[in-house]
Amino acid sequence: MGRYVARRLLQMIPVVIGTTFIIYALVWALPGDPFAGRCGARPCPAAYVAEMTDKYNLDDPLPIAYLQYFGNLLTGDFGETFQGLSVGEELLRAYPTTVRLALVAIAFEILIGIGAGILAGLRRGSFLDNLVLVSTLVVVSIPVFVIGSVLQLFLGMRWGIFPATVGGDASLYNLILPGFVLAALSLAYVARLTRTSLAENRRADYVRTAVAKGMPQRRVIGIHAMRNSLIPVITFIGADFGALLGGAIVTEGIFNVPGVGNLIFRSITARDGVMVTGAVTVLVLVFLLVNLLVDLVYGWLDPRISHG
Amino acid sequence: MADPTPPVVAQAEAPETTETTVRTLGRDAWHDLVRKPTFVVSAVLFVFFVTIAIAPGLFTSLSPTDCDLALSRQGPSSAAWFGYDNNGCDVYTHTIYGARASIMVGVLTAIGVLLIGGITGTIAGFYGRATDTVVSRLGDIFFGIPLLLGALIVLVSFPGGADTPELVTISKVVLALAALGWPQIMRITRSSVLQVRSADYVQAARALGAGGVRMILKHIVPNSIAPVIVVATIAIGGYIAAEATLSFLGVGLQPPVVSWGLAISRAQDYVRTSPHMLLFPASALSLCVLAFIMLGDAIRDALDPKLR
Amino acid sequence: MATTQAGIVPRPDQAGVTPLLEVEDLHVEFRTRDGVAKAVNGVSYTLHEGETLAVLGESGSGKSVTAQAIMGILDSPPGFVTGGAVRFRGQDLLALPDDERRAYRGRSISMIFQDALSALNPVFPVGWQIAEMFRVHEGLSKKDARKRAIELMEQVRIPAARERVGDYPHQFSGGMRQRIMIAMAIALDPDVLIADEPTTALDVTVQAQIMQLLADLQRDRNMGLILIAHDLGVVADVADKIEVMYSGRIMEQAPVHDIYAAPAHPYTKGLLESIPRVDLKGQELSAIKGLPPNLTNIPAGCEFRPRCPYAREICKEQRPPLAEVVPGRFSACHFAQEVLEGDIEPVQQ
Ligand SMILES: Nc1ncnc2c1ncn2[C@@H]1O[C@H](COP(=O)(O)OP(=O)(O)O)[C@@H](O)[C@H]1O
Ligand code: SF4
Ligand SMILES: [Mg+2]
Repeated sequence: MGRYVARRLLQMIPVVIGTTFIIYALVWALPGDPFAGRCGARPCPAAYVAEMTDKYNLDDPLPIAYLQYFGNLLTGDFGETFQGLSVGEELLRAYPTTVRLALVAIAFEILIGIGAGILAGLRRGSFLDNLVLVSTLVVVSIPVFVIGSVLQLFLGMRWGIFPATVGGDASLYNLILPGFVLAALSLAYVARLTRTSLAENRRADYVRTAVAKGMPQRRVIGIHAMRNSLIPVITFIGADFGALLGGAIVTEGIFNVPGVGNLIFRSITARDGVMVTGAVTVLVLVFLLVNLLVDLVYGWLDPRISHG
Repeated sequence: MADPTPPVVAQAEAPETTETTVRTLGRDAWHDLVRKPTFVVSAVLFVFFVTIAIAPGLFTSLSPTDCDLALSRQGPSSAAWFGYDNNGCDVYTHTIYGARASIMVGVLTAIGVLLIGGITGTIAGFYGRATDTVVSRLGDIFFGIPLLLGALIVLVSFPGGADTPELVTISKVVLALAALGWPQIMRITRSSVLQVRSADYVQAARALGAGGVRMILKHIVPNSIAPVIVVATIAIGGYIAAEATLSFLGVGLQPPVVSWGLAISRAQDYVRTSPHMLLFPASALSLCVLAFIMLGDAIRDALDPKLR
Repeated sequence: MATTQAGIVPRPDQAGVTPLLEVEDLHVEFRTRDGVAKAVNGVSYTLHEGETLAVLGESGSGKSVTAQAIMGILDSPPGFVTGGAVRFRGQDLLALPDDERRAYRGRSISMIFQDALSALNPVFPVGWQIAEMFRVHEGLSKKDARKRAIELMEQVRIPAARERVGDYPHQFSGGMRQRIMIAMAIALDPDVLIADEPTTALDVTVQAQIMQLLADLQRDRNMGLILIAHDLGVVADVADKIEVMYSGRIMEQAPVHDIYAAPAHPYTKGLLESIPRVDLKGQELSAIKGLPPNLTNIPAGCEFRPRCPYAREICKEQRPPLAEVVPGRFSACHFAQEVLEGDIEPVQQ
């Protein structure tokens, strides 16, 4: 187990280095003046350009500049933006909101996704099953920004059930609508995955054994079939959580949620390279770590998998 | 970035390739397909959208530049079923003409990822060992960068303007999406090739001294391509959605290109008063994405005997 | 349903005693996309306390489906019982509502399956799965149930039962897994145990051990045992009575030694000739040529006719009922008497 984790962590290193390098290269190594448009409409002051060039080793060849940047990252120094803001602090400020939004989304995936999947899986071929199949297909086909805009229009603006934008007050209630929009796509997948998995497991030999043992129907489905069916679903939700923790550019943008996605989007459009690389590094790390965690949980849920 | 990830299929969902599944693609699968309502519906939609994309003039007598500011944001009427947008352009005409750019991006990106991912995946799966490791790790690195985030950074780094030729704008979006989307196809191709490679007839051909490239073209590709095609078809829907999302964020296609994403983006500011600007292009976009997903789904079901 | 089938012949019961289990004219069909498969077509048999009944037949002959119908664990849909009765101590189980019927499962009748690996739940420890019987049926506490589970594991001769009670099914060998299945099945001291090809998936040496274990348990507990197998060799030593099934129907029924000595049905004869025998070591087995009929479209006349070396004109038109040949022996063949006496020549085809 310990060795498995160590091996996985080691394998992560090249991925993290590779990913951050690509981002770094894209942001910094493009043709043209890296300071163009950085300081508003005016060209940047010469002193500032010199300071930044020195600080981020922009005169060095790209790989060297990158290595120095990565070295700083290892010591926990994410650097400063051109406005002098600490990237680390900015990220810390934005993260709690994103985590909360992700949790709301996951709650929807569990409640609606698993719920609908179970109902459909238990009555395969029924009206309800077909309803779930069709509606998930429709949800999957509507891009998130469309779902977001439409729900914001009706639930937020027209009928005023939920606040149309979140702004500074990222309370759980305010995050319900964006959380749902964020969850919509995965929710559809969760429903379908649960349905297929449950329907498959219901036919499994060990479920028949449970019936033959004289177990009540509720126990046969609720314990014997369900426990197995939910393994892939939990894995999916876990991995999705890892992705959600990277922030949600579109959803956070539409509902004006002050999370990581918003921060990244602003930094990208402002061509704020330090912020972008820092933030992307963090989210790639979080994504990889959560995935490792999910794999460990998987091994715990399914005793046949061994990470020995 | 979690939210706008295009609807891609999980690897596990791709049908397994064996010699038999490939054979069934020829006869049984086709027989099954034409009797499946989802296939018929999606095939009709597919033909419909492709026709619109190729010959928009068949569906409207106006051109997208026929705009009259005096009509700005007028709602649907018998004269203009979908109403007018903020520039006084006919929303119906724009929706019709928007199909071409969106579908072009989707199809070209799919071709791009098929080329990059298909070739690398085949090489990794066929040659194994160190080649496989290198390609797989490289895939991991790109896989770690969320599609939308990566595309955003690329497109912001290579900005275009109103004077950029239409084709260049489209190619940029295609390249950005393909550069980040290929690992998905690479992984599926790889595992498909791995399965075919161990099949008896391939082993036999190898024992008889069949060489690498010939072997790949004659045996490996034809037998492992089915699941790859399925995933690519479904992914087209995802790429169309991704293009729209990027355009919505203001970094994808740029006017004067006419696209659904751009129309929805413009609608954003007038959603409260002129929802028709949002709803019609959004519906067209969703329906088109749905068509590709359903088409891929139906083909996969027909190929996968387990699910019948 | 029953009216189309020939031969519902009353069976001699043991001197008026109510049998432990009585299957009467059972019909089961599967309604699938490819048509209605008639998997069981009028099966009747009886089982008494302490008796071992072997059900023989090639794969697909409806042995498992009959057992599933008795247990009430058919895949439904597509499977439906369309006629007949399953009486346990006189009570027709098919007439009971679901929840009352459940009370019989595991308690009165229990079952073990061919593939113990897939029949055990992969995500729960084996001890938990055995203990579940006590917890659910008898309301025992977790601790007590676990203790009983360990005792049972010892009874079925699993070494180091106490240490292995928390292990998962995949951590055991095939033979040990089948023992765990058996422990689970006998937990509540059932009156009837149905064993559906319990040794088919196992090595020959392990097969013998499991058969011995079943025989011992059956003797000690005076259970009625229904032993399903696809060849006679496996059950010859332990069975009292044999039912030979083909195409969802009983072809021959007789005490085991009689059948072994002289079969009264060409199908049984074919089965016997395909048993690997020690005295004929190295010789080619003569498996019966041809395939069983398509259950969605069973031809008229005798079901075995297309493969029967003795088939005559009459076999084409009339389906032979299961009828008594000599006292205590039943066969569904127009020429049962002749086959039994070796008084018939194969027809040259
Ligand atoms: N779940 C099922 N669905 C459809 N048909 C089935 C099913 N189970 C059994 N059958 C049909 O019943 C026939 C008899 O099966 P079975 O009783 O399992 O044979 P065996 O004698 O080998 O145990 C099979 O050939 C098949 O046609
Ligand atoms: S009835 Fe005829 S075909 Fe059937 S088993 Fe007897 S001899 Fe053979
Ligand atoms: Mg069977």
